Amino acid sequence: MAVQSPPPATTDLEFETLDLTVNVGPQHPATHGVFRMVLTVDGEVVVDCEPYIGYMHRGAEKLCENNDYRQIIGYHDRTEYLGSFNAEHCYVLAVEKLAEIEAPERAEYIRVICAEFQRLASHFMFMGAFGTDIGIFGTAFTYSFREREHIRDLLEEISGDNMMWNYFRVGGLAWDVPDDFEQHVKWLVGQVRQGINDIDGLLSVNEIFLTRTEGISPMTQERAVEWGMSGPMLRATGLQHDIRRAQPYSLYDRFEFEIPVGQNGDAFDRYLVRLLEMEQSCRIIEQAVEQMPKDGPIIADKLPRTLRPAPGEIYMPVESPRGEYGVYIVSKGQGTPWRHRIRSASFSNVMPLREMVKGTFVADAIVILGSTDIVLCEVDR
Amino acid sequence: MSLPVVLESLGGRDVIWEPWFDAILTLVAVTLIMTLLVFFLIWWERKLVGRLQMRLGPMRTGPYGSLQSIADAIKLVAKEDVRPATADRWVFEFAPYFAFVPIFMAFLALPITDDGFVRNIPLGLFYIVAITGLNIVGFVMAGFGSDNKYALLGGVRAGAQLISYEIPLILSLVAVAMVDQTLNLGAMIEAQDEVPYLVLMPMAFVVFLIAGMAELHRQPFDMPVGESEVVGGALVEYSGIRWGIFFLGEYCSVLVISALGAIIFMGGWIWPYSGSDLPRGLELIYQVALFSAKTFFLICAIFWLRATLPRLRIDQLMAYCWKVLLPFTFAQILVNGFVVVYDLPDVFFMLFSGALLAGLAYVTYMSVRRPGSLRSRRLVYARSS
Repeated sequence: MAVQSPPPATTDLEFETLDLTVNVGPQHPATHGVFRMVLTVDGEVVVDCEPYIGYMHRGAEKLCENNDYRQIIGYHDRTEYLGSFNAEHCYVLAVEKLAEIEAPERAEYIRVICAEFQRLASHFMFMGAFGTDIGIFGTAFTYSFREREHIRDLLEEISGDNMMWNYFRVGGLAWDVPDDFEQHVKWLVGQVRQGINDIDGLLSVNEIFLTRTEGISPMTQERAVEWGMSGPMLRATGLQHDIRRAQPYSLYDRFEFEIPVGQNGDAFDRYLVRLLEMEQSCRIIEQAVEQMPKDGPIIADKLPRTLRPAPGEIYMPVESPRGEYGVYIVSKGQGTPWRHRIRSASFSNVMPLREMVKGTFVADAIVILGSTDIVLCEVDR
Repeated sequence: MSLPVVLESLGGRDVIWEPWFDAILTLVAVTLIMTLLVFFLIWWERKLVGRLQMRLGPMRTGPYGSLQSIADAIKLVAKEDVRPATADRWVFEFAPYFAFVPIFMAFLALPITDDGFVRNIPLGLFYIVAITGLNIVGFVMAGFGSDNKYALLGGVRAGAQLISYEIPLILSLVAVAMVDQTLNLGAMIEAQDEVPYLVLMPMAFVVFLIAGMAELHRQPFDMPVGESEVVGGALVEYSGIRWGIFFLGEYCSVLVISALGAIIFMGGWIWPYSGSDLPRGLELIYQVALFSAKTFFLICAIFWLRATLPRLRIDQLMAYCWKVLLPFTFAQILVNGFVVVYDLPDVFFMLFSGALLAGLAYVTYMSVRRPGSLRSRRLVYARSS
């Protein structure tokens, strides 16, 4: 039952076997959206893999260039729909830096709490989907979605929406949080810890889960950096790189947290890094709730009616659940950005797919794709 | 046991029927009972797995959703019978029956009570094993006939997996049969009136359960129909009633495998060391209840594992069958032969089989452990972070 290296793709038999081309996606339960990879298989072994993207291309970047700076926030929700708050956070920080606006401290703390809860929700989503990719009949899904729903309840209570929050504003927040915010957050962190424990017990000690993930598509540090991978995919290879620590933004230099790393960069390490990261997010949230000013403004005063940042450019990266999510804005002093570009983590993370999938089994290809935790909206933009 | 005999045994008068009439009645009765049982099993699996997953399962149709299966059946029957234009017509349309009929026929030889056969076949075990082996054909036919690549992959996987796991499954049954010196299921149960084979040959039981679950292609052995890989495998092009027949066959297989386990390893209708002094009618009810309880226990175990375990990979599955299960099953047969030939006391079965089971567990455990096992690696993570 040990994981063996797959047999060579071509054999020395006298007769030739025919390679089969299998279309995985765009409509396939395991592609996490509309992703398509054309697998050339020799029996069960993948000889070649041709990934196709672009099914979700909406021209989001160009759309943003035709909108007021405040209208763009919603597009970031939809671009990174599993890490909406992280994406919003990135955008508002970029614009604030460009327009030289400072958000009040209380607003910044609430932003950090929201962003970390969003990271937790996204990682719970990953745990469920990854378990399903490997073949657990929905159990990982229901257990991780219990906590994900709790988190979404809180975020919905704050923002008034259940997925596309649109809550952050340039210079602060749309409105203040509910009165029982602190108690709710503290209760929720306990629930989340319970959920992490449950997932840990269900997956990380399961022998079949281990045989299916350990040693699958190992990635070296050098290759990962060459491909521009980031986030848990990069940290799984052992490189301790986290934007929250490497280029601290917002208030992340005020919190104590660790950056878990893996050893082999295989599918299991990617899973484990995410699992350990969730605990760190809980720690950040707890510290943020403690340090948060109990009262105060939630939006900067004297904001102009129409935002017209001085001519200039800015690149602002944040650590989204999937890695480095960055916004690059060029302003020419108008009411809309002259150039608005999004650097998405999923796009870089999924690029080495062909290299990772070649020579593995069909079932492994699904696990590898699942372990990259892609959001197709973010890849295609 | 035919219906007239049931009536007689329940105190009725002699009923004399024409054989053909009796045959038709039996057929209708078996079909009805099986369908109802499958309806119940589908509902029960959804409820049980639902509870394991913190859900309620079906709740809307009837009290606690108990009519859900019937609603689903009506939906399936009412659906259009779609056949892909490029499919091989006859292969495609007949595949469900090839998958279902063998399982259906296996029911005819299952002893529910001490004379509760439809037909008491002297080679009952041989008959069941031979006839259930046929349902591979249905899946391979569906895979080839659908003209779909997922179906082809699934069909080939099903063929490889079912044929491979047939061998340890049969050998584990042979291990019991060679001790009994009979293939008559009734006689095999009678032989367990003191100690069931579950205790005497735990290793054979474990192999039977693993191989049986592989035969059922359920988690963790569901590569032929793996939703996230081959999108339902051989069944991907089927809908409506043809898909329903496949589904019926799948749950009937669960019933047959569990009933076989209850008969051969758990003593069927017999509770160890209990002579019966009940009146005949009550005794029949007692036997049916005991047999059902044992079967139900195994069915629940299969459902429970389904909700817990992920899927193996096809090469791991094959390697486990040929490299681990098969040698250990052969060892069990050798050991049994040794004990039978030298006429050692029964306790030696238990000793040898227990040792083999420990060996099997150890080999299984070690084969998934590789350098840097999880426990030590977790410590490394904790330190590095």
